[in-house]
Amino acid sequence: MSDLLIELFSEEIPARMQSRARDDLKSLITNGLVDAGLTYGSAGAFSTPRRLVLSIEGLSPESKPVREERKGPSASAPPAAIEGFLRSTGLTLDQLERRADKKGETLYAVIEKPGRAASVIIAEVLETTIRNFPWPKSMRWGAGSLRWVRPLHSILCLLSDESGADVVPLNIDGIAASNTTAGHRFLSRARFPVTGFDDYAVKLKRAHVVLDSAEREAAIWQGAQNLAFAAGWEVVEDKGLLSEVAGLVEWPVPLMGRIADTFLALPPEVLQTSMKEHQKFFSVRNPKTGRIEGFITVANTETADHGETILKGNQKVLSARLSDAKFFWENDLRVAKAGMGEWLDGLKSVTFHNKLGSQADRIARIAALAAEIATMVGADPALAKQAAEVAKADLRSAMVGEFPELQGLMGMYYARAADLPEAVALAARDHYSPLGPTDTVPSDPVSVAVALADKIDTLTGFWAIDEKPTGSKDPFALRRAALGVIRLVLGNGLRASQLRCLELGNIQHLLFKLNAQEHGDQLGGLLILALLDRANSDFKLMLEPSKYKVPSNLDESRKNENYLDFRKKIWGGYVDEGDGVLAFFHDRLKVFLKDQGIRHDVIDACLAMPGNDDLTLLVKRAEALAAFLKTEDGPNLLQGFKRANTILTQAETKDGVEYSYGADPKFAESDEERALFAALDTAEAAITPAMRAEDFAAAMAAMAQLRAPIDAFFTAVQVNSDNPIIRRNRLNLLHRIRAICSGVADLTKLDG
Amino acid sequence: MADAPKAPRSFQEIILRLQNYWAAQGCAVLQPYDMEVGAGTFHPATTLRSLGSKPWAAAYVQPSRRPTDGRYGENPNRLQHYYQYQVIIKPSPPNLQDLYLGSLAAIGIDASLHDIRFVEDDWESPTLGAWGLGWEIWCDGMEVSQFTYFQQVGGHDCKPVSGELTYGLERLAMYVLGVDHVMDMPFNDPSSPIPLTYGDIFRQTEEEYSRHNFDGADTAQLLRHFEDAEAECQRLLDFPPLDPKSGKTIIMAHPAYDQTIKASHLFNLLDARGVISVTERQAYIGRVRALAKKCADAFRLTPAGQDAEVAQ
Repeated sequence: MSDLLIELFSEEIPARMQSRARDDLKSLITNGLVDAGLTYGSAGAFSTPRRLVLSIEGLSPESKPVREERKGPSASAPPAAIEGFLRSTGLTLDQLERRADKKGETLYAVIEKPGRAASVIIAEVLETTIRNFPWPKSMRWGAGSLRWVRPLHSILCLLSDESGADVVPLNIDGIAASNTTAGHRFLSRARFPVTGFDDYAVKLKRAHVVLDSAEREAAIWQGAQNLAFAAGWEVVEDKGLLSEVAGLVEWPVPLMGRIADTFLALPPEVLQTSMKEHQKFFSVRNPKTGRIEGFITVANTETADHGETILKGNQKVLSARLSDAKFFWENDLRVAKAGMGEWLDGLKSVTFHNKLGSQADRIARIAALAAEIATMVGADPALAKQAAEVAKADLRSAMVGEFPELQGLMGMYYARAADLPEAVALAARDHYSPLGPTDTVPSDPVSVAVALADKIDTLTGFWAIDEKPTGSKDPFALRRAALGVIRLVLGNGLRASQLRCLELGNIQHLLFKLNAQEHGDQLGGLLILALLDRANSDFKLMLEPSKYKVPSNLDESRKNENYLDFRKKIWGGYVDEGDGVLAFFHDRLKVFLKDQGIRHDVIDACLAMPGNDDLTLLVKRAEALAAFLKTEDGPNLLQGFKRANTILTQAETKDGVEYSYGADPKFAESDEERALFAALDTAEAAITPAMRAEDFAAAMAAMAQLRAPIDAFFTAVQVNSDNPIIRRNRLNLLHRIRAICSGVADLTKLDG
Repeated sequence: MADAPKAPRSFQEIILRLQNYWAAQGCAVLQPYDMEVGAGTFHPATTLRSLGSKPWAAAYVQPSRRPTDGRYGENPNRLQHYYQYQVIIKPSPPNLQDLYLGSLAAIGIDASLHDIRFVEDDWESPTLGAWGLGWEIWCDGMEVSQFTYFQQVGGHDCKPVSGELTYGLERLAMYVLGVDHVMDMPFNDPSSPIPLTYGDIFRQTEEEYSRHNFDGADTAQLLRHFEDAEAECQRLLDFPPLDPKSGKTIIMAHPAYDQTIKASHLFNLLDARGVISVTERQAYIGRVRALAKKCADAFRLTPAGQDAEVAQ
């Protein structure tokens, strides 16, 4: 058995690409070797900023010979058929074997592939790998045509066994494989030969290169903690940064510095973000004050002055950066304390989307919507409106201009500076949430109202201008917005009607469009009329600031085309049509619930029930149904239900009537039949109040009690009796099963 | 470095050392291009000469203007007029990183005392239709240069690839000289009979141009000039290649490219005046890019821009 060592030595590989490149190198090479008939024991991939390394142990010295046999046409087949076979095998006629069989002679191609030396295979596989490496971005350099992430300088490719080590002969665009490598760029410049992986790793370390990124990470983290500990401080953990920094250095040397006092008043997130984004510094906290007071930078070198010059330089850069941040912060505070008017004005000239207006237009819609939604989520409408009006003001602040990832958070600080209520400040911070499937869901009612309004405005807006997600394209992140709404509703157990929220969003967009139109007044009046005509609706809050008046001629107005169009849009319209936004929500909900282990058909069975725009209710029902189906009674009851339903449906189709009323126990002939009557009475008595209380588990438990009587009934009783009265009575009895069960969920939608 | 040179004492000494260093590496030391540009890359010695297969090596200082960066001379690090040092070598030599590190040593940055790093930074110029891969180079956490392997310029693949180095001279010099405010930086040797600081030379102009860029420039006129430059570029490129007077084929790629440079700077000024909305911005950049591409197309047909085989 042999060992293989490959090192691809290049100019600096971007840190963010290294981990993926290690995996790719390992899988491409090992797969290539195995496909070519070699076997190996184990493989490990490594990276530093300048090298990508693969070590394979226990590699077979050559591939096994392969004998492949293919049956061809009969020897007497037409020449065209024989030629075709020759072409496909690449052989000539005299190389084929002829074997006699019943029909005469058949041609056979026997292709023997002799075993090949590992070094030949390695050279091929490595060349293919290098030429086709899946870098996220690659480049050419000099006058060559080879592509790599940055210029590739040398290839070390060494195959070794007990007898010694040999370079695998290989030359790619003038780069010949060798057994040498180079150490650290500044600390150990000479190239040196190696004899195998162990020798390589040891010599590299002597040449100031730590090969394994995990070892570098550990060294950085340990070193950083030691430095902080000595000063009585603690390092703020940041795994992403740690891995990035480990990809920037071959010889990590952590150095710790202190942030000048003048910057300590900056919000900790600003310090942290500035230091991390611009300089890849770790933040260091003083546990006594709770503030970020220090930083750790990781140098890639050792110096005679123990890093003093390096630290001084870094400190200077930090001061320049934080001076900028401080300048932004102080200017922003001035604007915030003056009521943020400057920013809100500025948002008028920032386009959100050319068909959906400016950011200011968007904010006005969200504010109106937030006030409406507030009443559904238990928040103060005025507070929700106020919060929505300032929640995005920080988009115009200098700090968010510099660090977009601080949006919302800066809004919180500035709302506090403006002496706004704390609920408003929190809403500014949290109204973007939840951003992903694991992000925290806000729970403060004002935050919830604004967060919902924000997302619903986006969804209904892009729906109204027909910018729906298609396939993998979702440029406006509408799926994320829908998931955000779902998580806000479920996470807070909200009982808001989704349909109504979406309608409200639509109305805002209709009003916005009207406001942007000339002669909008008449249309506006028609819209108001359509809103008032909507049964069950109370749009007062939203309409109060409206400038539109209800038209005087009601009858005529109600025949107006525009009125009818509004009516359609408000009353469902593109909200709950097949490809409407509500259906989109239900799709997202299915994806969300599927991740939580609830099957599609279970969700469909619940979606078919009334109140399906109340997501909390829908999920409660689905969870209960999913749990019920996991019990022993569940699937059995489902069978019984389906049997009853099938017999009933067939009879109804055949007879052309609906059996729905009048099952009477006095026509029961057997104990089983009487028992089913009794069981249905008991179940109904339990299910009706349980459903009213939305106690689905209790309803399903009561339903489960029907399993045994239904099974017994079908075993003992023939539904289609010769006596028409008894038959009708039994069909009406089956109807009771269907009616009672269908009140819980639409079981016909379930699989199995 | 055993015989590390003495530390430089002034801004101009750093420039002179870079000039000498790159001259010693065989670069043609060119002079700045005589037009207002946003960065050294705009110099035709870089944009146009990075096209085609003819070998090329040049180094030069390029005064550069970024109207929006005006701070009336008050910000320690920001200027609307500043200097870039630009090196362009085609094809990029295999030891370009080492050559670059040599230039840092030449201006007194001792790699055994400092932490020098190549940190991923891909370069893209939407106005030039150009992009490349490379790094920003950090010295003790400070970005001191940009290092790029050009992949495409003006929409053309760069074959061979040029290696481009760009030094932000003020920032680099401030670091080397240990100065905290750019205006305090010695421009000539501080022990000269008449010592001059950067501020002595540029504070007033920074004030004047800041006012000009943000408030003074006539936007209606700038808009007109932009249109003019755009039209003129196209007009020059529309000439038939054969010059009837000389009987030669003369494509006016450089004069047309001058109009592209003009359009680009006018756009920057309009941007500083705040009259270009977010949506219009992309459209303007697209218009400049279209000019840059046409100039690149034209240059590729000229003797300097052709591929060697074609030229023969």
